[in-house]
Amino acid sequence: MKQTEILPSETYIHEPEAASKKKKRLSRTARENIIGYLFVSPWLIGFAGLTLGPLIFSLYASFTDYNITSKMNFIGLDNFKRMFTLDDLFWTSLLNTLYYVVFSVPLTTAGAILLALLLNQKVKGMKFFRTIYYLPAVLSGVAVYFLWMQLLSPSTGLVNTVLGWAGIEGPAWLFDPEWTKPALLVMKMWSVGGGMLLYLASLQGVSNEMYEAAELDGASSMQRFFYITAPMISPIIFFDVITSTIGSFQIFQEAYVMTESGNGGPANSLLFYNLHMWNNAFEIFDMGYASAMAWLLFIIVMVLTVLNLKLGKRWVHYEGGDK
Amino acid sequence: MKTALAPRFYETKRFKEKAKGTAVTFLLLLGSIVVLAPLWWMISTSLKSPEEIAQYPPTLIPNDFHFSNYMEAWRTAPFTRWAFNTFFIAACGTLGSVLVNSLVAYSFAKIRFKGRNALFVLVLSTMLIPGFVTMVPQYILFSKLGWLNTYLPLIVPAFLGSAFFIFLLRQFMMTIPNELIEAAYLDGANHLQIWWHIMIPLTKPALITVAIFSFNGAWNDLLGPLLYINDENLYTLQIGLQTFKGTVQTQWHYLMAMSVTVLLPVVLLFFFFQRYFIEGSNISSGTKG
Repeated sequence: MKQTEILPSETYIHEPEAASKKKKRLSRTARENIIGYLFVSPWLIGFAGLTLGPLIFSLYASFTDYNITSKMNFIGLDNFKRMFTLDDLFWTSLLNTLYYVVFSVPLTTAGAILLALLLNQKVKGMKFFRTIYYLPAVLSGVAVYFLWMQLLSPSTGLVNTVLGWAGIEGPAWLFDPEWTKPALLVMKMWSVGGGMLLYLASLQGVSNEMYEAAELDGASSMQRFFYITAPMISPIIFFDVITSTIGSFQIFQEAYVMTESGNGGPANSLLFYNLHMWNNAFEIFDMGYASAMAWLLFIIVMVLTVLNLKLGKRWVHYEGGDK
Repeated sequence: MKTALAPRFYETKRFKEKAKGTAVTFLLLLGSIVVLAPLWWMISTSLKSPEEIAQYPPTLIPNDFHFSNYMEAWRTAPFTRWAFNTFFIAACGTLGSVLVNSLVAYSFAKIRFKGRNALFVLVLSTMLIPGFVTMVPQYILFSKLGWLNTYLPLIVPAFLGSAFFIFLLRQFMMTIPNELIEAAYLDGANHLQIWWHIMIPLTKPALITVAIFSFNGAWNDLLGPLLYINDENLYTLQIGLQTFKGTVQTQWHYLMAMSVTVLLPVVLLFFFFQRYFIEGSNISSGTKG
């Protein structure tokens, strides 16, 4: 990680010269300690009560048959055995989620970079274009899902109408198990402007001199991208890949809203991991099993994040050279 | 003879740049249409009659404008109530988020306390924990506290800080000179006074960014109300809209009319406070401009 930037180097408040007497200095240090923790205490309470506590509780619950009204009977690894050997829907949901992650992370990353490159050119009306492209990113929630259900409607939707103009017969999207996940990817790509902003800010930080020097040396625009731009924005790509991997693993609302009462859509093709977990926890109140699923998700995401961090060392370039 | 040596017009740098500019503008215009078309479609559908929606091929512009769709849909369900509920929750959450996150961020940026850096790394690392992992135990906790069917589970967490906002505000506060705080300290102000009288006014742009993101997040939140609210009177717009789908079935003119209505405040917020949306992204990418 880029610790040098995240952590302050020497930004502490300097001790006033007047307070050089040992007694006074100690008292101020102690006061700073108390006040510091006091100010941070809301977050500490939240961390203990809403993150750490729940993590420990669900770890224990995952070895029980807890269903919110029952006692917590310890049943060992039964929940995990059931998950891996008896629950076919678990595998369906895991594979559906992996499918979505594998496509959505590269697509949104590449889309955001391309868009940022376009929006970093010097042409008229750029401010207007940036506003337009960013707009879908602030729109979210049920209304947007309804909109896309309408847009992707097989016969009268806008998407298939436009495809029809080009002589292409559009698929049934949300009604065809083969096309449900691509449908969600199309919807996701619409709001790719959200990620674009991060890249744009980073592109604007790349000095022009480097490009000019490269141009004088006869570098083509492709070469300029891969040897200057890509390394310079690699820390942002890295950050984006990590956060969007975690985010994609949590896909839930789209599937919940866009299928009949969250049933997973045609042939369970939209039964994502979290939807399956949700159904276990809040439809049949099998909290023990849902906790086991939650912990497995936690482990999967942690492993992927660590993997990303390790791989990142190989390709992420930090200005100044310290990795 | 001389002219033959001069580069032809289409080979000059100026021409190349012009051509590139035109191509970029063309691509961007094309993309803008793709981005805006869904919104156009939503508005257009919301104004059509049900017969026209079912018509094939679909019309791009409604034959007749049925503005009454909006009033009819609004009256089909208690939308006024839901809008008020949503606004109340979002306003409370935003207040809590701005106050608490800036207080915590101030401590991380300007107060020298033991274990500060380690604690800050811990704050950042919580951003890597998927929310669904803690959802079930949080639900159990809030239900044991008797908070189901109240707004407490939706509002109280906003008063307990969020890692992303703490990070964003801290980065901004780091740019404020320590001498300013030190001077106030020597004048006898305590940290609470410095935070309130100096830090808050100086970090106003970042605080507005946090306020907008919080409000937007609360306005669009479906998961929270879905988990904790059962009573229809306490519904928010998101969950209200979701159940509205069941009530009106496939009456798309009503569904689209209400979707437009629910999105409208967010769109307005965006157009009025655009630069703060952008500022937020810039701070978090580490290139605060």
